[in-house]
Amino acid sequence: MPVKPSRLPPARLAPLAGAYAAVQRNRRQRLLLALGVLTALTFLSAWVAQVDLPRLLTHISRFFGYFDRLLTLEGGDAAGQRVWTDPGEWFWGLHRWLPLLADTVLMAAVGTLLGTAAGAALGFASAGNMVRNPWLRHAAKRLLEFCRTVPEIVFALIFVLAFGLGPFPGVLAIAVHSLGGLGKQFSEAVENIDMKPVEGAIAAGAAWPAMVCFGALPQVLPSLASYALLRFEINVRGASVLGFVGAGGIGQDLLEAIRKFHYSDVSALLVLIIATVVVIDLLTGRLRARLAGMERAA
Amino acid sequence: MSSALREIALADLPGLRARHPRQFRLLTPGRLRAVAALLAVAALLALGLWRMEIEPARLLTGIGQLLHFLRLMLPPDPGGWAQLRMMLQGLAETLAIAFLGTLLAALLAFPLGFLAARNATLHGVVRFASRRLLDGIRGVDALIWALIWIGIVGLGPFAGVLAIATADIGTFGKLFSETIEAADRRPDEGVTAAGGGGPHRIRFAVLPQVLPVMAGHVLYLFESNTRSSTIIGIVGAGGIGLQLAEMIRTLEWQAVAFILVLILLVVAAIDALSGRLRAAIMGRGEEPRA
Repeated sequence: MPVKPSRLPPARLAPLAGAYAAVQRNRRQRLLLALGVLTALTFLSAWVAQVDLPRLLTHISRFFGYFDRLLTLEGGDAAGQRVWTDPGEWFWGLHRWLPLLADTVLMAAVGTLLGTAAGAALGFASAGNMVRNPWLRHAAKRLLEFCRTVPEIVFALIFVLAFGLGPFPGVLAIAVHSLGGLGKQFSEAVENIDMKPVEGAIAAGAAWPAMVCFGALPQVLPSLASYALLRFEINVRGASVLGFVGAGGIGQDLLEAIRKFHYSDVSALLVLIIATVVVIDLLTGRLRARLAGMERAA
Repeated sequence: MSSALREIALADLPGLRARHPRQFRLLTPGRLRAVAALLAVAALLALGLWRMEIEPARLLTGIGQLLHFLRLMLPPDPGGWAQLRMMLQGLAETLAIAFLGTLLAALLAFPLGFLAARNATLHGVVRFASRRLLDGIRGVDALIWALIWIGIVGLGPFAGVLAIATADIGTFGKLFSETIEAADRRPDEGVTAAGGGGPHRIRFAVLPQVLPVMAGHVLYLFESNTRSSTIIGIVGAGGIGLQLAEMIRTLEWQAVAFILVLILLVVAAIDALSGRLRAAIMGRGEEPRA
């Protein structure tokens, strides 16, 4: 015998359906309100930022034209041809650009190293489970916040005035800015560790440095290294523009090429920078995957 | 008692050594690896110091200069009402650039993220092409994009909006495609089993899972863009960066300090606001699962 599907009697169904409709209406109203606020903010920002759509539409062809010219050779026998027809002419300045590119990567590496060391120290100092003194912790936190918020190119502008032109102020700027970001990540990693080894070290009579060295550091070392590698990749990209303000690296040449409309030079430099970033991305990605494996095994 | 144990252990040291050779080895593989890593780091630092031509004298005068600048920065002072008005206008422009740039990038990157995700793309070739496109966009800094856009729409904040938007398409596309790939497959299978096609699967199985996460990413990048749009004015693309660079170059340290304090305050406020919004969105995203 087929089972007759049972339905709630209408008297009991009506309030349930009404409640469902009310919940749905409520959600829809909140969504509409959010969309309304978003639209209002969009128009306000468009007005403040002097958005000019007709101007964009009339000139958008120039954007694509720009890429067209980027990929066209200017000098030499093959002028007017696509750049890849004559790589020798396209990368004519390679003997000058490669050392600059190596400088850029070196700036990023040294800056990341210094930033990691300082960030680790400050990260431990601002972790709630390592430092009991609230004053020290707050001071460390505010300092990290300051270093993180002020962009590295601003530090570079100031350091160029203090230390003179060249890659050194760039390295310092990278170090100071990345210590802010890394310090925050480190202190969060330290606050999430297992406290049992720390208690064990204290119970065995360890002073603060020994406790950090044997109780806490081994637990956070893999994630510390992983964050530092991720930061290195970001810093290579950042170091490529520090030359805009005279702080070394390949940025100076790039700025000149863009300002003087040497299109094929711009594309050659961009290709070199992108290739470097991609290679470093791949290498650090592989290292970080291994570190993640270590972390899981630990 | 422990000192007695120590005496016994010390007396039996040769025996202990013989029975546990591994514990007494000076160079364990782990230690060797640590020493090698430290040596590599030291070599890198030495190479850096040599290449950067860092001399102690230059370092000392530089630090002296920095302290001098720091003393001149106090107290922070905008230097008159007219300048204060310009700074506030620059700050408003900065916020507008960050907001519009993030929004535009998110909208443009949304379809690209699907094309670059393994479980939602049309074809392997499309996925490969969109991934490489996103990588290429990500490799170029926002300041470079700003220079390019200035050549097209002229100086001003509009170029900044377009620069932030272009630079972020790469980041958003990558984050979105990773989110889509991490989505739970079971709702997808459920929709397929109920007879749904491709668009249905995306609308009813993928979108409800990924939208809250994506909104979180958008808010996070908005925070980060508030920071990057403070500097985009250095090359003339609008925002407070223009005044900041100007004040640094003309050594108006009190005004520099004032602008830095303004930026710190605004960034802290935006962080707090977007943190609360993100918590609210994430909370709502978990509602259906509970």
